[in-house]
Amino acid sequence: MGKYYQPEIETASREQILALQNERLVKQVQHVWENVPYYRKKMEEKGLTPADVQSVDDLYKLPFLSKDDLREAYPYGLLGKPLSECVRIQSTSGTTGKRVVAFYTQHDIDLWEDCCARAIVAAGGTREDVVHVAYGYGLFTGGPGLNGGSHKVGCLTLPLSSGNTDRQLQFMTDLGSTILCCTPSYAAYLAETIHERGLRDQIKLKAGIFGAEAWSENMRREIEASLGIKAYDIYGLTETSGPGVAYECEAQTGMHINEDHFIAEIIDPETGEVLPEGSKGELVFTAITKQAFPLLRYRTKDICILTREKCPCGRTHVKMSKPMGRSDDMLIVKGVNVFPSQIEQVLLEQGYPANYQIVVDRVNHSDTLEVMVEMAPENFSDSLAKVTAMEKKLVDALKSMLGIYAKVRLVAPKTIARSEGKAVRIIDKRKI
Amino acid sequence: MVYQISVFLENRAGQLAEITSALADNGIDLRAMSIAETADYGILRMIVDDAQKATAVLMEHEYLLTMTPVLVVSVPDVPGGIAPVLETLAEGDIDIEYMYSLFTHTGGKAYIVFRVGEAEKFVSLLATHGITPTTADELGIH
Repeated sequence: MGKYYQPEIETASREQILALQNERLVKQVQHVWENVPYYRKKMEEKGLTPADVQSVDDLYKLPFLSKDDLREAYPYGLLGKPLSECVRIQSTSGTTGKRVVAFYTQHDIDLWEDCCARAIVAAGGTREDVVHVAYGYGLFTGGPGLNGGSHKVGCLTLPLSSGNTDRQLQFMTDLGSTILCCTPSYAAYLAETIHERGLRDQIKLKAGIFGAEAWSENMRREIEASLGIKAYDIYGLTETSGPGVAYECEAQTGMHINEDHFIAEIIDPETGEVLPEGSKGELVFTAITKQAFPLLRYRTKDICILTREKCPCGRTHVKMSKPMGRSDDMLIVKGVNVFPSQIEQVLLEQGYPANYQIVVDRVNHSDTLEVMVEMAPENFSDSLAKVTAMEKKLVDALKSMLGIYAKVRLVAPKTIARSEGKAVRIIDKRKI
Repeated sequence: MVYQISVFLENRAGQLAEITSALADNGIDLRAMSIAETADYGILRMIVDDAQKATAVLMEHEYLLTMTPVLVVSVPDVPGGIAPVLETLAEGDIDIEYMYSLFTHTGGKAYIVFRVGEAEKFVSLLATHGITPTTADELGIH
């Protein structure tokens, strides 16, 4: 295997990519029109039929999809294939408690794994490599995605999943992992632990593929220097399959979006208007090959910039910058999507007032989440055992809703500032 | 029956002083206090001479509080004076949730505040040992 996993498509000319996109988009719109009544209705409301979309130039006419649509259509409303043809789901937390459940046919899994395989090869991976996957396995897309990509490349795949640092380091040293896939904060933590234990000479890592959370150039340089590797960014979201929608090449100046599978647009998050190339705005994806969960014009809420400048790596697909923020209030903590509305729902269910503050920080390269909650009269008692039991119940309910631990800090009633208009619910102290 | 006031305390310097001075400003006399705490917050428990007035003052200052009936038992103010009471609790297999004592020792007696799992059983067992709980009147509080 050379420098590319699928060289014909990865280095195809702009014209070839566009021709492929035009053909696939027209087919996909027809597929959605015939099989996804939820989206068909949205098109009809705009007076559209598939005949109105003849090429990528017509994409702007189509209605958007957002997390709200996913919630409304949960669980099967956006399904494009009968369940008998689906082979897998992956899931992520959504707003107000409803999860996002994405469906995959075998074809969808294949194309997703191809995307991840491209990312691994772009990071220098060959069948000689030992790919150490320390992303979570299960409903989270990180583990399964990179695992599948690694198989496709033919690497020896170590499916470690997340956590259990002792075991991670044992496999890494004993089996000579060469490519590490995990969140950047976990990579930084592993790097630190490797140095603390004096294992630096025993590891053979040469590259890392780190995604699912925000990280800075500084953090990249730190990890690279500490482990002696080259660190690559990877992007994706469950709604559009998972990691591998876009990935970095050796140039490390943005992530190539797999344009044969996804059409990217940048829009003004306020007006929905498509912005010219090079503008900063919200990233929107149209999946043109996925069958089971064929989202058209899905609003990611991630703010970034696209660039078509020629890349020295030879790949011709458009590049996206690292996301620079969100156009909604979603937080990514330890790689997990956290919505303030989820926290609010749990508080109300547990009898606490919905006046709260979320404090996110990064301590020793790892995200921390703290929720300041006003003590409620009905949960207060003269008995410390009762109050702490109620507190534990709240911590457990938050863990169950969010999927990650949140520290609860109980404060006196009416001490969290109520602001005029939009409340300051989130304090993000992370310096990313 | 004696009523205890429990106040939610944030772990913040000066909070206790704010509460006691609010009570003092209103001429309320503190007879006993104790604090149970976690790393982040605590519960201040106290016995005052005028529980209703104290409650009104604290609520005016927007403190979160609750009133709880507790048992006050007088014991001889001598070494081992509390032993018969604790033995009674052990004999009845009654859990102590918490206990603390009043500031004042009068007439050779100390006063212990008890919050126990089974208050009625405790009272009747104490009676078999010839001990009766101290009333609010006896303490000069209401």
